[in-house]
Amino acid sequence: MAKPFLERLDARLDTIDEFEREPVPKKNLKGWRGFLGMYAGEHTAGTEFVIGALFVAHGVSAIDLVLGLILGNLLAVFSWAFLCAPVAVKSRLTLYWQLRKICGDRLALIYNIVNAVMFCFLAGAMITVAATAVGLPFNIPMPGLDDWLPTSVGWIITVFLVGSVITVVAIAGYEYVARFANISFPWMFLVFMAAAIAVLPSLGVQSASDFWPVAKERIWTGVPIDGMTQFTFWHVMFFAWFANMAMHIGMSDMSILRYAEDWKMGFSSAAGMFFGHFLAWIASGILMAAAAGAVAPGVIAFNSAGIAGAICVVIAGWTTANPTIYRAGLAFQSVTPNWKRWKVTLFTGLLTTVIACFPALVMNLLDFVALYGLVLMPMGAVVFLDVMFFDKLKLLKNYAEETGSRFNWAAGLTWFLTLTLCLVINLYAGIEIFFLGLPGWFIAVLLYISLSTLIQRKG
Amino acid sequence: MITLLKTLSFAGLALTVVPAILVFTGSIPFEMHTNLMFFGMILWFGTSPFWMKEKEL
Repeated sequence: MAKPFLERLDARLDTIDEFEREPVPKKNLKGWRGFLGMYAGEHTAGTEFVIGALFVAHGVSAIDLVLGLILGNLLAVFSWAFLCAPVAVKSRLTLYWQLRKICGDRLALIYNIVNAVMFCFLAGAMITVAATAVGLPFNIPMPGLDDWLPTSVGWIITVFLVGSVITVVAIAGYEYVARFANISFPWMFLVFMAAAIAVLPSLGVQSASDFWPVAKERIWTGVPIDGMTQFTFWHVMFFAWFANMAMHIGMSDMSILRYAEDWKMGFSSAAGMFFGHFLAWIASGILMAAAAGAVAPGVIAFNSAGIAGAICVVIAGWTTANPTIYRAGLAFQSVTPNWKRWKVTLFTGLLTTVIACFPALVMNLLDFVALYGLVLMPMGAVVFLDVMFFDKLKLLKNYAEETGSRFNWAAGLTWFLTLTLCLVINLYAGIEIFFLGLPGWFIAVLLYISLSTLIQRKG
Repeated sequence: MITLLKTLSFAGLALTVVPAILVFTGSIPFEMHTNLMFFGMILWFGTSPFWMKEKEL
């Protein structure tokens, strides 16, 4: 007798084994192609339409933008290649299971809840961006820079439609996510570029030699729009470096790079940085300047590339939301180990979709991205030191696993004190959130070594 | 068959970007660029999944 449909679906989805709780076996390691496609797709995303445009709104000058992006993206690639990838290849575990070995299940639980919620907010922003395009043919009113709450019932329905599709793809697993990104990326990137090229004449660029003068005078003018703070070279550089801080310095990409044959595959992140966070951010700045006041990515893309542009925004949102929901699902799964992965991902997708209904997230995306990286960064420093250096420092690695501790106070205090000190620096020294990651990482390193030494010698 | 599919895929990519360059040079109107880009999209997504799936991820 045929099994009931839900039972068969459950059995089918349960066969998608992605080694969440064990090191990835050698036969399942992947080569350059998968990572290049994954990074390129993930970082040429719907949010690029927003970030590039917000740089224009913050009054970045053309020269500051170009130099800041080159240096910041280079530093981001180095962070993936020299910090995250060596740890991922050495441990072959997801960040979440590595943290359990180091921090104990109670601290890992707290971290995972914070981490998963952050990822849900980020994926929610991608869904919001995609929904600005899906809502176009139905004349759904689009949120503006000042909107914080859902603007209409139609908007909520649109967001739920987009969120459902993205969640189903995320449930299908890493192979499907990487494949979706691989197929979409070449086309998507060319749409970004083509749309920007096509609107250049409307900005007064008639030949290549006109570009730089127009870039300085009409696109990145160095003057912020009313109510926005002034961004400089340093803002651009640090934002480009730390936009994905949670993933490289924060070690979240251990979940992806644990499949790498070699640590050098961390350099494949350059595909994402220089296509997505350089060319696509520049393209979106041009589109913003040509859009004469429109801020919704779907509207901007439709005006510059027609139906294909609107569909590009939808797909761009998907390719980032998919791996982000996947990562959030992994984080929640370690909180609820008895739940099957597809059920956890379904829950994560639903939570993300609810968050996506609120446009406040997208309209304050730069600040949120900086905050999310900063909050997760100290535990990345903990993992980096524990996996790569604790043997050399004659300290006990995987402290919780070795001692049976359920809460590693050295790691917990490192996290808490680092964020407290960053807050103090922010409040009393007036250092903006975009710059706090750098001193914060060194604070975390010093704290974790000192506290581990103190606690382990005492024990 | 794969060669034909790849040719159509790359034609799809060409239809995505070349019309924009022609708009920039003033050779075609803006509306034609958006229409051709739409056909390029159909070609790319209609053909690329059949040959890209054979590659190792």
